[in-house]
Amino acid sequence: MTTTSLFTPSRRRLLQTAGAGLLTSAMPSYVWGQAAPLKIGFQLHRTGIGASYGRWYERTTTAAAAAINAAGGIAGREVQIHYEDDATDPKRGAEVVEKLAGPAGCDLIMGTLFSHVVMGSAPRAGELKIPYLVCSEGYHVASGALNRWVLQPGITDVRQQISAMAPWVAENLGKKVTMIYPDYAFGHDHRDHFPAAIEAQGGEVIAQIAIPPTETSFTRYLPQIPADTEVLYHVMVGPAVLTFVKELGEFYGSGAKPALFGFIDSLEAVDTASPGLEFLEGSHFWEGHCRAKPADAGADETAYRAAVGVDDNGCSVSDAKDVSTYAHMFSCWETLYFIKEAIETSGYSSPADRQKLVEAMEAITDLPAGPERPQGAMVFDGKKHQAFGVQNISKVEGGKLVRVHQTTLEESLYDNATDYTALSF
Amino acid sequence: MAFGPFLLLALMEGLVTAAVLSLAAVGLSLVFGVMRVVNVAHGEFFMLGAVIAWFVSTMVPGPAWLAFAAALIVAPVLVAALAAMVDGLVLKRLSYNPEATILATIGVMYMIQQAALSYYGPDARPVLAPFSWRLQLPWFGYSGYKLFVVLAAGLVLLAVWLGLTRSKAGLVMRATQVDREVAQAFGINVGLVYRGVFALGAGLAALGAVLYVPISQAHYLMGHDPLLLSFIVVIIGGLGSLRGTLVAALVIGLSDGVISMFFSPTLAKILATLLVGLVLVFRPQGLFGAKE
Repeated sequence: MTTTSLFTPSRRRLLQTAGAGLLTSAMPSYVWGQAAPLKIGFQLHRTGIGASYGRWYERTTTAAAAAINAAGGIAGREVQIHYEDDATDPKRGAEVVEKLAGPAGCDLIMGTLFSHVVMGSAPRAGELKIPYLVCSEGYHVASGALNRWVLQPGITDVRQQISAMAPWVAENLGKKVTMIYPDYAFGHDHRDHFPAAIEAQGGEVIAQIAIPPTETSFTRYLPQIPADTEVLYHVMVGPAVLTFVKELGEFYGSGAKPALFGFIDSLEAVDTASPGLEFLEGSHFWEGHCRAKPADAGADETAYRAAVGVDDNGCSVSDAKDVSTYAHMFSCWETLYFIKEAIETSGYSSPADRQKLVEAMEAITDLPAGPERPQGAMVFDGKKHQAFGVQNISKVEGGKLVRVHQTTLEESLYDNATDYTALSF
Repeated sequence: MAFGPFLLLALMEGLVTAAVLSLAAVGLSLVFGVMRVVNVAHGEFFMLGAVIAWFVSTMVPGPAWLAFAAALIVAPVLVAALAAMVDGLVLKRLSYNPEATILATIGVMYMIQQAALSYYGPDARPVLAPFSWRLQLPWFGYSGYKLFVVLAAGLVLLAVWLGLTRSKAGLVMRATQVDREVAQAFGINVGLVYRGVFALGAGLAALGAVLYVPISQAHYLMGHDPLLLSFIVVIIGGLGSLRGTLVAALVIGLSDGVISMFFSPTLAKILATLLVGLVLVFRPQGLFGAKE
């Protein structure tokens, strides 16, 4: 029988040691302590109509997690993101929440964009008592329609976007407005809040045209636009938006046409210089975060673009044809840093502390600009569970979005009766 | 807008819808008529046609019409080849059993859809129309290409009809449709006919998609609507009846155009679905279908 010792190791032992050494050298530079990793569930629109957004939400979140881990993680714990596809479907969304909260063992859940998926998933998150941080911009959080476990700390909501921008629209584009919007939750936020906002500026909404969300052809709706319309306010989402713009161009053609004001949601992940979109030249868009890097952008903006892998035009650095969903995806980055702050101040250690975590989130007020918030400073309203921030208005010039106006943070503020802190957990 | 121009726009939109419907449905109808296979993956063959048109448009340099012409040939051929493969690998092995093939084509549908998501991506991408002529009427403008689609749909349907009624291949197909065993007894290679018909049906869907994609855009989920609408058209018109398909497409398309403009698009969809229900109850073989 052969004997082996530390000095005369067997071949197997030698190989094992060498292999372990190789593995160690391949480990990330930061070596984690004894603490278990922090598992963050991400409800991802990887397939379905939200897939363009999902791809970039995943890239942004992965980049944010890498940046946080490189700087020591959250409360000394490594951050692991557990992505789960919801097919951009509300029913599947609720199942994903169950899976992330249960078998996947996540500490909390984040990342949902499409408002119908939020509406389908949020009640389940409330029942399972797991923090559910959405990146959706719908008014459903701040309206008070959801529950204490749902927060939106990384992106502004439709109501504040509207109230901040209505003065600029009335002053610069016109006062007689026709609205075109999808006939479901996200469109209804616009339908419900824009008329009051424009009336406060002495303008009026002269027609509201609701379009079924599954529509693929729009010419038939265009005759409903009154001839005396000065501003056409459009918020379309989904893959058919290119058709919408093209048909609008065909309909008006060389004749007189109203000024166009839209939400970039329509054209996220779409090149504004695409064939068929020439009609948008000279029109204006809301942007949460400017796709084309503004001339006065600071170091945080540059670092964020580099970390996510986006060039100065808002396209992937590895493929200039891969246009990002730039106006929205910063919310994933900022939400993850919001989670970091809340976990570190609350002393959260395990799912038993979830209630404490939500209370710590509600106590946060100031979200200053910095590497954590490349889009700009925000304030968080713990009662409304909603972040408030600046809005950008960009003009399409030569097929490119150029920022022409930025609202102040104060213009975004509004008041309502929502107080989630009065609800029980 | 006054009533006259409004109605004109409604009718034009309706005609375009009818054209797209008939292009999408004719292949489905043919496949069911001859093979008695309900091809649930039909919409995905349509989608593939549009996606291939996009790839061709990015690879063929020069004017838009050149890429369009290339796509008109490449897309149907590639999709037909894929369909022939599906026939050999899947349908034939199931002996064209009606229930089994429905399930199998659902599987094929998902495979094609997810493959498109993996290799083409989740974005909707535009494909340029071969020409950008625009019809400017006193009241509104209209895309000249949409009118071209109506014309092209008419030509495609005419070609299919001539092929079925005037050619040897058409005769063989009709013989197989009427009675498979007798056709076989007369020396017709039924397996070959089936493969050809399935490929032809898919190729027609792809051809329709190449014509359709410049007025829409290529997207990996775009096969869903054409499939649903094709079923509506084919059920109303009668499975396997070319004339029925055309008439049903016109009825559905025009009523959709007019009703959705004067009332609401939801009402138009409700009425179309109601019509399907009524046809199934009172005339299950469809308006022009032959009784079993």
